[in-house]
Amino acid sequence: MSHRLPKGGRIDRNRPLDFVYDGKRYSGFAGDTLASALLANGVATVGRSFKYHRPRGVMAAGCEEPNAIVQLERGARTEPNLKATQVPLYQGLYAQAVNCWPNARWDVLGFLQWFKPVMPAGFYYKTFMQPSWHWYERAIRAAAGLGTSPLEADPDRYDQCHASCDVLVVGAGPAGLAAALAAGRAGARVILLDDKEEIGGSLLYEPGGEATAWLARAAADLRSLPNVALQTRTTAFGYYDHNHVQALQQLHQDGPVKDRAPRQRLLKIRAAEVVLATGAIERPLVFPNNDRPGVMLVDAARHYLHRYAVVPGRRIVVATTHDSAYQAAIELRQAGVTIEAVVDGRAVAEASVVQQARSLGIPVILGVAPTDVFGAHGVTGVEIHAITPDGSAVQGSGRHFTADSLLMCGGWNPAVHLFSQSGGGLRYDEAALSFVPSRSVQRERSVGAAAGDFGDLKTVLAQAEAAGGAAAAARPPGAAATTTRPALKPLWEVDVSPLGRSTIKSWCDYLSDVTSSDLKLAVRENFRSVEHVKRYTTNGMAADQGKTSNVNAIGIVGRALNVPPGEVGTTKFRPPFDPVSFGAIAGRNVGVFYQPCRRLPTHDRQLELGAVMEDFGRWLRPAYYPKAGEREHEAIAREVCSARTAVSLMDASPLGKILVQGPDAADFLHRMYVNNIRSLKPGFCRYGLMLGEDGIVLDDGIVSRLDERTFLVGTTSGKAERIAEWFEEWLQCEWVELDVIVEPVTTQWATMTLAGPKAREVLQRLGTSIDLSATAFPHMALRSGLLDEVPVRIVRVSFSGELSYEISVPFNYGLALWDALLAAGTESGIAPIGVETLMTLRIEKGFLHVGSDTDGMTLPQDIGFSEIMNKKPDDFVGRRSAHCPEGKRADRRQLVGLEIEGGTALKVGAHIVGNDYSRPPYRSQGWVTSSIFSPTLHRPVAMAMVQSGRERMGQQVRVFDGGTLITATIINPTVYDPSGERIHG
Amino acid sequence: MQNIPCPFCGPRDEVEFRCGGQSHITRPNPSSAPDAEWAAYLYVRENPKGWSFERWHHSFGCRQWFNVVRNTVTHEIRQVYAMTDPKPEGVHS
Repeated sequence: MSHRLPKGGRIDRNRPLDFVYDGKRYSGFAGDTLASALLANGVATVGRSFKYHRPRGVMAAGCEEPNAIVQLERGARTEPNLKATQVPLYQGLYAQAVNCWPNARWDVLGFLQWFKPVMPAGFYYKTFMQPSWHWYERAIRAAAGLGTSPLEADPDRYDQCHASCDVLVVGAGPAGLAAALAAGRAGARVILLDDKEEIGGSLLYEPGGEATAWLARAAADLRSLPNVALQTRTTAFGYYDHNHVQALQQLHQDGPVKDRAPRQRLLKIRAAEVVLATGAIERPLVFPNNDRPGVMLVDAARHYLHRYAVVPGRRIVVATTHDSAYQAAIELRQAGVTIEAVVDGRAVAEASVVQQARSLGIPVILGVAPTDVFGAHGVTGVEIHAITPDGSAVQGSGRHFTADSLLMCGGWNPAVHLFSQSGGGLRYDEAALSFVPSRSVQRERSVGAAAGDFGDLKTVLAQAEAAGGAAAAARPPGAAATTTRPALKPLWEVDVSPLGRSTIKSWCDYLSDVTSSDLKLAVRENFRSVEHVKRYTTNGMAADQGKTSNVNAIGIVGRALNVPPGEVGTTKFRPPFDPVSFGAIAGRNVGVFYQPCRRLPTHDRQLELGAVMEDFGRWLRPAYYPKAGEREHEAIAREVCSARTAVSLMDASPLGKILVQGPDAADFLHRMYVNNIRSLKPGFCRYGLMLGEDGIVLDDGIVSRLDERTFLVGTTSGKAERIAEWFEEWLQCEWVELDVIVEPVTTQWATMTLAGPKAREVLQRLGTSIDLSATAFPHMALRSGLLDEVPVRIVRVSFSGELSYEISVPFNYGLALWDALLAAGTESGIAPIGVETLMTLRIEKGFLHVGSDTDGMTLPQDIGFSEIMNKKPDDFVGRRSAHCPEGKRADRRQLVGLEIEGGTALKVGAHIVGNDYSRPPYRSQGWVTSSIFSPTLHRPVAMAMVQSGRERMGQQVRVFDGGTLITATIINPTVYDPSGERIHG
Repeated sequence: MQNIPCPFCGPRDEVEFRCGGQSHITRPNPSSAPDAEWAAYLYVRENPKGWSFERWHHSFGCRQWFNVVRNTVTHEIRQVYAMTDPKPEGVHS
């Protein structure tokens, strides 16, 4: 007996599609979802529940589906935990149920459901504890969980898009369409979103008549308004600050993406006004075995009937506490299905739709509710009982129906997720029996069912139009309208205890596998806050975020606490409303685009020279240049030798440069540096140190004075922007009277460092207008001139300890400068050197490196700046804090060198201990901060921060290096050329 | 993602800015302030639940600093004023 009707639905019967689910082949039609196609094929058991592996069937038709969770496709494109109701069918689709093996119908772990009594909510805190919970953890973790993550890189692309508008309307059902049209006609720029392929919302499955005609007109009007942008297959999932809303758009869902087209698009929308027309979600009835395959929400059945021409069964029982179910019963009856009965929990139901059902011969029984469902893999029967007004089953009133489907409607919950995320306050409405928006915080308003407005279509449309018009006019939302309707008695669950039965199988949260008994257990164990009950039972914590379970849970908890639902309250709503892929969140910022990395002006040339390139402070720079067969330390040793005996070349363009200019530039820098800057003469430079206001070493670098009012501040590579920001903060927030401009110019200048005893002869061979003789151009001087016709600035500074020139030209001449220097240096034995080599050279000289030899506690006196500070009478940033009581302690760690016994270099971080050390615990006296095996001196060299280091020169200590104790002597850190002869050459 | 109304560039996404924390902090005289006052200047900050007077820096824009009155609960921005303007009166309604 087929579940697919011979006619009707919005599917394309001319395009049949084949697909595979759980290892079996089926067919459906274009326009089907995976869920509708499975239902059409009579597949009742589509999955297994999370904890207890109970067989489950399709329960809903949209994003609220908690049972039909599938793993789509295999390999690199596999996607876990999609809802079959949201997967459009395509040719060759391959999907499997999650959380079962080998398939949903014959799951080996199905026996777990019989262990429910010993596995209630929170069971893992009480059971499986002896002898140790670790014994059981692995097995429990493997048994839990849904779906599997892909193990290969995602080959698809994802786009992102920023948009802004006057009015954002979320939801293109009747209320959303009315609001969007009103706003659009008023001239506002409107964006209208809907998560389905077609607009219309609930109107899509109203059979014919006025509603369909209205929808057709609305769709035509929408197309005619150029200021209204419609985005379908787009789910708004997050409402953030200042009317920032994010939505996920499915661009391509039918199989592999062609031509690298993007698969999904993340929309980031800033709206002046927002209209939420997100509708309402039906909620289940809570009674024993309400989770069996074949038990479905009433509205879902209508959906499947009208959109997909699929009926859930041929002998249907409809259980309800709401008028809306009767319309479904009538329509199913008209489609040729037998309605065994409509069982209504209310004592009185007199709406016209109820009369209409009766007149069609549909049996209507009032004051009854289902109390059991039979059939493990498809409904075979339903048992009902009469119930008292407070929901208790009446002993002896049982009745049995033979049926193959049970539809249930426990009421409707307005979809207030986005509203709540916006910060809005909810209120429990006695007439709607659910939570409705009450107080807006941002510029948004709700319309239609989302606002708790379940009235007739005409009224809803009128109110939505008014809201749309108000949004277009940027009128802030008024107080939410409160319509007085008679209060209804809610049926939160069918209480079967008078029948001597437990509620251990009355499901509330299907996806988290939480029953009514679990919720009541939590209350008995004194979890009284709704947030605690949620976390103890995990109700509402699964991927569906409680769309069909939260309000029922609140009702059940309220009954247990004897407190109205409004007082129990809702748990906090957080984005995303529906799961969002990481791909969409990353967008195009993957692979090489994950983080931008800057390139040297000589980048291509470095690659040609065989440099090993690494990321140093987000610049791609040569670490070293291995010749054929050379290992890293061999290449570095050779490069060090070239620098010390001949001449070396390095692209130093990443070194930070900041232009500081103005009549107050000298005064300003004098306040920012530890050093005396006012005394620096034009044409000279100085090694400067900067502190934070807390006295801690911030940065060091060469500061050059170009003229009376112009300085070039050098910073650590990659830090120029931060230091420039630091300068701006002081100039704009504190010393606003100073006349200074600050501009980072790192990438305006390409800088090449020529260093080595033969550096001068190479530079002379190159030919510049500058007098390079030692007397005319001393160390720490600065000269400007021309190289051919290119402006050049040369500074004599040295980090390597050799005669060294930093040559700067405008950035785009950098490559030509490199080539010219390399050519001019060939006969002098020039060699390019990398960053690793430079570090080796500077450690041989005992030159400190901020961030290696200093840390978050280093004060200037620790690295030898006491004298400079004492000589300077004026205030500078950090001076006060550097001299705090802690800073005055005599036993602070100070930067020193270490002479090491033996031939092995120490590890950075190795701790210094005294000669009285025998074993831990022992108070560390400091640690190694820089360490190499010196190729120049053929022995290990290290720098360290050691307690009272400068007072202990010549003292023997021991270094605790990975368990071994190595003897060392505290020395001055400059082990190579201590007199500085070579620098001043 | 807040929308910060830069007085020079107009409303821009929060990601272009850096929040500089509490505004209207006067730097004490470093040579004469007692230790407790200096420590408070460095480390003690207000943490209001409600209106907060903050300074913001448009790092990826005009690179200018300005003051903002912002509610730490609702994130509403009530006022924007120049870095050198005094703290506005009577915003606490």
